[in-house]
Amino acid sequence: MQKYSLFSLIRNSFTRHRNWPRAWKSVDLKQSYDVIIIGAGGHGLATAYYLAKNYGITNTAVLERGWLGGGNVARNTVTIRSNYLRPESIPFFVKSVEMYEGLSQELNFNLMHSRRSMIDVIHTYPKLREITRKMYNMDIFGATYKPISVAEIRRRIPTLTGGGANSRLPIIAGMVHPEAAVNRHDAVAWGYARAASALGVEVHQHTKVNRLLKNPDGTIKGVSTTKGDVSAGKVAVAVSGHTTQVTDTVDLNLPLRSFNLSAFVSEPVKPMIDVIVNCADLGFYLSQTAKGELVIGGVPDPGQSFRRGSNQLIFERTVGAMLELFPSFKKLKLLRQWGGTLDTAPDSSPIISETEIPGLFITAGWWGGYKAIPAGGLTFANLIATNTPHHLAKSFTLDRFKTLDYILESGTTARV
Amino acid sequence: MITINCPFCGPRDEREFEYCGPHRQKRPDKINEMTTSAFIDYLTVPENPEGEAKEVWWHRRGCGAWLLVVRNTRTHEIIKVSELDAT
Repeated sequence: MQKYSLFSLIRNSFTRHRNWPRAWKSVDLKQSYDVIIIGAGGHGLATAYYLAKNYGITNTAVLERGWLGGGNVARNTVTIRSNYLRPESIPFFVKSVEMYEGLSQELNFNLMHSRRSMIDVIHTYPKLREITRKMYNMDIFGATYKPISVAEIRRRIPTLTGGGANSRLPIIAGMVHPEAAVNRHDAVAWGYARAASALGVEVHQHTKVNRLLKNPDGTIKGVSTTKGDVSAGKVAVAVSGHTTQVTDTVDLNLPLRSFNLSAFVSEPVKPMIDVIVNCADLGFYLSQTAKGELVIGGVPDPGQSFRRGSNQLIFERTVGAMLELFPSFKKLKLLRQWGGTLDTAPDSSPIISETEIPGLFITAGWWGGYKAIPAGGLTFANLIATNTPHHLAKSFTLDRFKTLDYILESGTTARV
Repeated sequence: MITINCPFCGPRDEREFEYCGPHRQKRPDKINEMTTSAFIDYLTVPENPEGEAKEVWWHRRGCGAWLLVVRNTRTHEIIKVSELDAT
């Protein structure tokens, strides 16, 4: 791996930047690997990287149906935060936010990480109570939530002119989460892929896994792909929304349902909002990218979905909610929209677990999984390498469904 | 926008309806005779079809009927709408 630095930039400028080496290697698919990871998204690539770096397991193939980083890692709103409710969740996401902050140096890839604050705008007393409870829990488990006044919200977000005393839902309070950040999603996927490839991991794009293969004794044998069968001692599923489509091929039932969560982006404008604004009562959140576009998100579509599109009803409601608080945005033009498939567990918490099939591991149920990529990869790699859950993720196994011992989480983007 | 053909009101806009979850199998009669894991499977493992899904929708801002909607989860096409058999 060529180190990216000012010197390499200058050196390559003499050859007009024609001799940069490829960021990751492309090789032919082998017959057998120690570990196969299905899905070259954020979690899959991070898992491959930490397997190689922390446990020396480099005979790994990451198989991807489409192209690297083209799934949900490219279909989110890049919000990184740790304002969660449960004692099980908060330390996990605190770790993830911490890891993100040092990740550009570690991967030698500029993630354009930009620490923002997240400001929750609160309109109702039930929300205020819930978020206050979150504040106390976060204080115990290492994250920060600070109450702020309505005047302070308006000072920090000058464009927020709606929600006054005479409006439908006046703003009653606010909360700041200073650790929140945004960064560049492509760079996260590419950075992990490049660092993993440098350690010997193979990434195979356009290699669709049709089904999982089992040995006669019930253990995992490998996968059947569009490029032939590949065997492996351990198979890890990191495919986000389509987890059940993969595990159905070995009759493994998982407590997951898939939904579509969409977002959209405005035309680029001059810098005007330097925080992430979240308004759970009205049902939208937004932030401004380094390019100047506003990234706006809302609630998931009603009903299960694999469509990865934008729902007109949700779109209209989200825009309506945003205009209630930001009436001046009426003149903004929206450039594009997208949707991503989320698979959610009944308690909205993630699943990082081994399964009843020995050698088959899953990471799923990520509702807002972008912020969890580093810690998700770290803990999943720990589970695959040692067969024991990482201490940060020991509550997120499938065992909790056997005893109905749910980790009901309200820190996800929105409830269905 | 989805148009749902309510059997009582005719084709109506999606915003009149409320999604009320997947249409689930009938709750088992003799729970005490089931194994715990089988009952917990009934409670926690939903169907997640990529294709036709059976769902319950409520015509909340219309006639108030509960409807059984068969919808394609890949295209959002509504295949069939009928009155929900509540028994």
